[in-house]
Amino acid sequence: MADFTEVKLANGLKVLLKEIHTAPLISHWVWYRVGSKDEPTGKTGISHWVEHMQFKGTPEFPASVLDKAIAREGGQWNAFTFLDWTTYYETMPAAKIDLALRLEADRMVNSLFDPEEVESERTVIISEREGSENEPLSLLGEAIQHAAFRVHPYHHEVIGDMADLRSMTRDDLYNHYRTYYAPNNAVLAIAGDFDTESMLARVRELFEPIPARPTPPRLSRPEPEANGEIRLTVEGPEDTAYLQVSYRAPAASHPDFHPMAVLDSLLSGPSNLNMFGGGGVSNKTSRLYRALIDTELAVSVHGGSSATIDSFLYSFTITAHPDKTPEAALGALDAEIRRIQNEPPNDAEIARAIKQARAMFAFGAENITNQAFWLAYAEMFADYSWFTTYLAKLAAVTPADVQRVAQTWLRTKSRVVGIYLPVDEGGDE
Amino acid sequence: MSRGGSQTHSLPGPENITRVVLPNGITILTRSNFNSPSVTLSGYFTAGSLFDSDEKLGMADFVASAVMRGTEKRSFEEVYDALESVGATLGFSAGTHTAGFSGHALVEDLPLLFDLTSEALRTPTFPEAEIERLRAQLLTGLAIRAQDTGDVASMAFDKIIFDGHPYGRPDDGYPETIKAIRRDDLAEFREKTFGPRGMTIAVVGAVEAGFVVEQIVRVLGDWTNPQQPSVPVLPPHKPLKKRTRKNVTLPGKSQSDVMVGVIGPSRHSPDFLPASLGNSVLGQFGMMGRIGDVIREQSGLAYYAYSSMSAGIGPGTWEVSAGVNPKNVEKAINLTLRELQTFTEKGVSQEELRDSQDNFVGRLPLSLESNGGVANALLNIERYDLGLDYYQRYESLVRAVTADQVLETACKYFDLQKLAIATAGPKKTVES
Repeated sequence: MADFTEVKLANGLKVLLKEIHTAPLISHWVWYRVGSKDEPTGKTGISHWVEHMQFKGTPEFPASVLDKAIAREGGQWNAFTFLDWTTYYETMPAAKIDLALRLEADRMVNSLFDPEEVESERTVIISEREGSENEPLSLLGEAIQHAAFRVHPYHHEVIGDMADLRSMTRDDLYNHYRTYYAPNNAVLAIAGDFDTESMLARVRELFEPIPARPTPPRLSRPEPEANGEIRLTVEGPEDTAYLQVSYRAPAASHPDFHPMAVLDSLLSGPSNLNMFGGGGVSNKTSRLYRALIDTELAVSVHGGSSATIDSFLYSFTITAHPDKTPEAALGALDAEIRRIQNEPPNDAEIARAIKQARAMFAFGAENITNQAFWLAYAEMFADYSWFTTYLAKLAAVTPADVQRVAQTWLRTKSRVVGIYLPVDEGGDE
Repeated sequence: MSRGGSQTHSLPGPENITRVVLPNGITILTRSNFNSPSVTLSGYFTAGSLFDSDEKLGMADFVASAVMRGTEKRSFEEVYDALESVGATLGFSAGTHTAGFSGHALVEDLPLLFDLTSEALRTPTFPEAEIERLRAQLLTGLAIRAQDTGDVASMAFDKIIFDGHPYGRPDDGYPETIKAIRRDDLAEFREKTFGPRGMTIAVVGAVEAGFVVEQIVRVLGDWTNPQQPSVPVLPPHKPLKKRTRKNVTLPGKSQSDVMVGVIGPSRHSPDFLPASLGNSVLGQFGMMGRIGDVIREQSGLAYYAYSSMSAGIGPGTWEVSAGVNPKNVEKAINLTLRELQTFTEKGVSQEELRDSQDNFVGRLPLSLESNGGVANALLNIERYDLGLDYYQRYESLVRAVTADQVLETACKYFDLQKLAIATAGPKKTVES
């Protein structure tokens, strides 16, 4: 990876800059250390709702002006809320990036949270949730997440529960915003076609006057050890049955994270680290594809985990074969897990996982937005070196490591097995 | 602060695109980009669902999905082992007019992509066991489609506006047509329709043009298919005589999908750019244009509400889509009708047009930054005969469109008395 510049401003804002002159574009990101993990019961979904409200205007950039200003310049912008973080980005033609800097500096402190806009956005978010409820895998995933975390706030979906979406107030949202949106709780990353010195001067000019605030607390309720497998069923419309099996996964900063990434690659194909562009690699020669699809027990299998601050989930999602039961697929999955626990993989399998990761990094590097995303993403759970050393850490994984993490993390007693069972609700045209 | 100098970042054009036509009819377009050690390969050929009978609809799609499941040289396992071992991808799919392929690899593995593309095109073996596995996967996909409110609304919409026309059929068929297709049908379809005539291949990435041409000549230069038929002529479509509405009930769902629209211009039509700019104002620009403003921002009815155009070789579609709570379906339709009425009566303001023109021009570098983006642009140039300098002329073409042209185009396509309206969701709504 090429050089980058890291600076901490007087108000605590961490700034990461990386010049990339392959296209006349600049991508600008602001990350806040707040996500659904910071939400107590009664306020679930508040981080995501605040993210929506950040598009609803400030005195300087009223709601109707914002979208148009970005679009007029041919820019692309969006925001994402996750378990551990919330992030906003703009990718603009290089000459137009100043608009994005001014906008993000402004809405770090000046968003209005107009009560009428709050009410209108309430129903938009409820509609977003209803859209997810149309998807069987969303319903199953939500049930599993809730069963896996009794204590830890990872137990609810980022979108939040309907009860809270109906009851939260404008003041709840505004307080959340004022608590967490502070320069000392944020990371700013810019990648693209600029000169570092002058870009840094402009960042200082716009962001440094924003006063630091008290360091916000992060909700911490560690999940106790699981002491037995949980099985659950979700019923709903559809003609297709699904199986999801979720194990506790190592946190991103845990030394087992990289051996788990190699294990994931062997079992279900490599997970894609690119958020934009790049595309993944198919998994038709992975162990689970052979054990489940080639044997006609299932029609698809995917596996993967996320890089998170605390231990989250490593999940397999399986679409059952129309003529077979999800239980049959579970039996074959268990046999494959026992195999890797009993017998280390060979060196060639590990070399292959590394080559796959190297290719995905190259594909991701074609895209400036993706490169800017990488720059600060890892700051949310480690630091940028987590990214720059990723391939080297994969290369250091041994067959014994892979066997060991399979034994440590893929334990039946710490998993949730969920089945989506289709029921005939009787439709017509 | 920013260099912002686009001088060093040239748009695709005759001076940096190499275009070569091989004696057997294959057109090659290639452009080098040494910024990342990767390369994209994409192409299309004339083997789409227009060749499908009604009884075996989904054949072209089935064939495209099957060609990599075993070739004379490699088994299914060996094909994917070669690809996945080096982190490369390659996939085939079919649309209505054409089938296509697309792949991505580290540049050191580009010859492998060429080999596999050629083997899949020329020597697939359609092994019986693999075909049955694939069939189960396709049928599961269709079962999932049948429960997806967006897919179901979209199929109902196409069926209304392209009633009796090939565009009214789903390219991936129906469960009964997929069940009717035999292994030998697939082999026969491939043998007859696959051929070099009309094939276009784009390669973009860290590779010189000479190498690309040499490799394609190596794997496909000697390919001929004397049987290759000419592309079927599209029958004319029957315009709707009145507003036509169809609802499909999907019990147990939480949200309904709504589509309201008409037949739109083809990509070849001079109406294409005025319609695209009008569409941008109507339901794209900023937060989903006027439609997003009315349905999402002002009324809070939907997370997504926008308008879109799909313009291809033949007539396209032009529609408004939204996902809403079932009780708000009529409200969303009425707001859409009101916006369409304003759109066809008043068109767009000078300011709105300029905003969308700025957006079209400004976003060009973003759409062309990745190898995949450039490969798509090169295929579009060839497919729609746009000229190698199209992206260099693009700004002046966009700027030349006037508000009067947009209004004229809006009126030409949107007859509010002859709209197609399709809905899919849990509750039966009023049909008319």
